[in-house]
Amino acid sequence: MIKARVTVTLKNGVLDPQGKAIEGALGSLGFEGVHQVRQGKVFDLELDTADRAKAEADLTAMCEKLLANTVIENYTIAFP
Amino acid sequence: MRSAVVQLPGLNRDRDMIAALTKISGTAPVTVWQTETELPDVDLIVIPGGFSYGDYLRCGAIAARMPIMQAIKARAEAGVKVLGVCNGFQILLEAGLLPGALMRNASLKFVCREVKLEVVNAETDFTRAYAQGQIIRCPVAHHDGNYFTDAETLAAIEGNGQVVFRYAEGTNPNGSINDIAGVMNAKGNVLGLMPHPENLIEAAHGGGDGRGLFASALNVIAA
Repeated sequence: MIKARVTVTLKNGVLDPQGKAIEGALGSLGFEGVHQVRQGKVFDLELDTADRAKAEADLTAMCEKLLANTVIENYTIAFP
Repeated sequence: MRSAVVQLPGLNRDRDMIAALTKISGTAPVTVWQTETELPDVDLIVIPGGFSYGDYLRCGAIAARMPIMQAIKARAEAGVKVLGVCNGFQILLEAGLLPGALMRNASLKFVCREVKLEVVNAETDFTRAYAQGQIIRCPVAHHDGNYFTDAETLAAIEGNGQVVFRYAEGTNPNGSINDIAGVMNAKGNVLGLMPHPENLIEAAHGGGDGRGLFASALNVIAA
């Protein structure tokens, strides 16, 4: 079994209203000098395989087909 | 003209859509459940609004991967008209049948109110009952209607006349780029829009401004 973590973030240039609101809330809590807050998603998965190359290929397909909307989002795959 | 309305768990505007199609065409649409792999022989397929799969992952993301969507894609490629309203628009985008994406409203608030729409392209199968540039009233109700696309795609859809509806007179409720409220595919047979024309079709709704879209799509303009 392989454990994997997929991180999905907004592409550069895509406005992130939620990130902006979070940035504002951090400011109102007194955290100064915080910029460019961007909200993303993290998926932790377990795969029934020992083959890391296959796992990576499968995860890429999962990201392309479902986990990320590649019109607005980028993804990274990691094996923590 | 015969129509079909797609039903999925969490879609809740299907009954309004069925009522609108029935009243305007005189014939009740066929309903199609998400797990079906074939569609009846119809001229118009409608994906109504709601919150399919609880908006999990992204609005419309799960619904767009259901079996019925393969059948809808095949029909769309064959030239059958497909209309997606609100969550239906989100589903068509997630399925790759339309360009762009819908993001959280810029205000971060759910908006439920009436807006004004400009008919930007009245020479489509969905809008020929309207006049070019006509301003119509239309209700909106959504949390993720902030249309976005990259600059290249935006230039292409603007240039091709694929922007069909725009929020008019400062009524953009969600921060959509170029005030875009509705777009169609390059071929002109798939349209998606955030506002709900099915909720403004008769006097009891307070007006009939939404009627023209269905009259156009169902080819009953004279009625």
